[in-house]
Amino acid sequence: MAEELRKIMFTVRKPPHGTIYVYEGLEVKLIMAAYDADISVVFMDDGVYALQQGQKTGDLGVKGFEATYGVLVDYEISKVFVDRKSMEDRGMTVDDLVVIGEDEDTEEDIKPSVVDAEEISQMMSEQHNILCF
Amino acid sequence: MKLAVLIYEGPYNHEASDSAYNFIQAARKKGHEIEGIFFYHDGVYNVTKLMEPPQDDRHIAKRWSELGGEGIDIVVCIAAAKRRGIVDDVLVPNVRISGLGQLTMMAIKAEKLVVFGD
Repeated sequence: MAEELRKIMFTVRKPPHGTIYVYEGLEVKLIMAAYDADISVVFMDDGVYALQQGQKTGDLGVKGFEATYGVLVDYEISKVFVDRKSMEDRGMTVDDLVVIGEDEDTEEDIKPSVVDAEEISQMMSEQHNILCF
Repeated sequence: MKLAVLIYEGPYNHEASDSAYNFIQAARKKGHEIEGIFFYHDGVYNVTKLMEPPQDDRHIAKRWSELGGEGIDIVVCIAAAKRRGIVDDVLVPNVRISGLGQLTMMAIKAEKLVVFGD
């Protein structure tokens, strides 16, 4: 029997702009998704801003990466979560979040799943390793 | 325990590099094995031979090079390095440039991946 897939979680806690952590962190996710690992991503604290729709980075003179979140499911990264309290504390709702892919059968938009801190804690306890950005 | 270390910050500007080094030395002294060290973000600046700190200060690149010489696999992310002008020509000995796949293998193989940085 094949060895069980290693569970690797990414946390995104920093705001998407101002530093390169979140952008380069996204590059890591896309690469790791090509390997045999059970990948999940959790956005919390200011990291939830990375999922906000309608980011415009042109005036900053930097390349935006919001569009790349739209292909996460295509990259087989479908376990994408957002911390409910972090989102609500910042006045955001699910409507504000980017779409991360499309359901193959129903063609409906897929959005990150909203979860509570207890669920995140439970998921974290099951991980082999966690990378933070 | 098999450990891997991921370093995000540049040398001198931030304590992360020193903390990682001290952590690695302490872990080895306790008998733990270091699966690999991976430099990402500005961490790639840790291993350029162009640095020349004052003589009474620690030489961070040399320190990493010595660890590499003792057989620890030290990898610099190629994507992060290219962005920042770090190429093979400027690396200290015993360090290599490679892709994020190497980090993936470390994260899979090591029992614990320890991240140093903000």
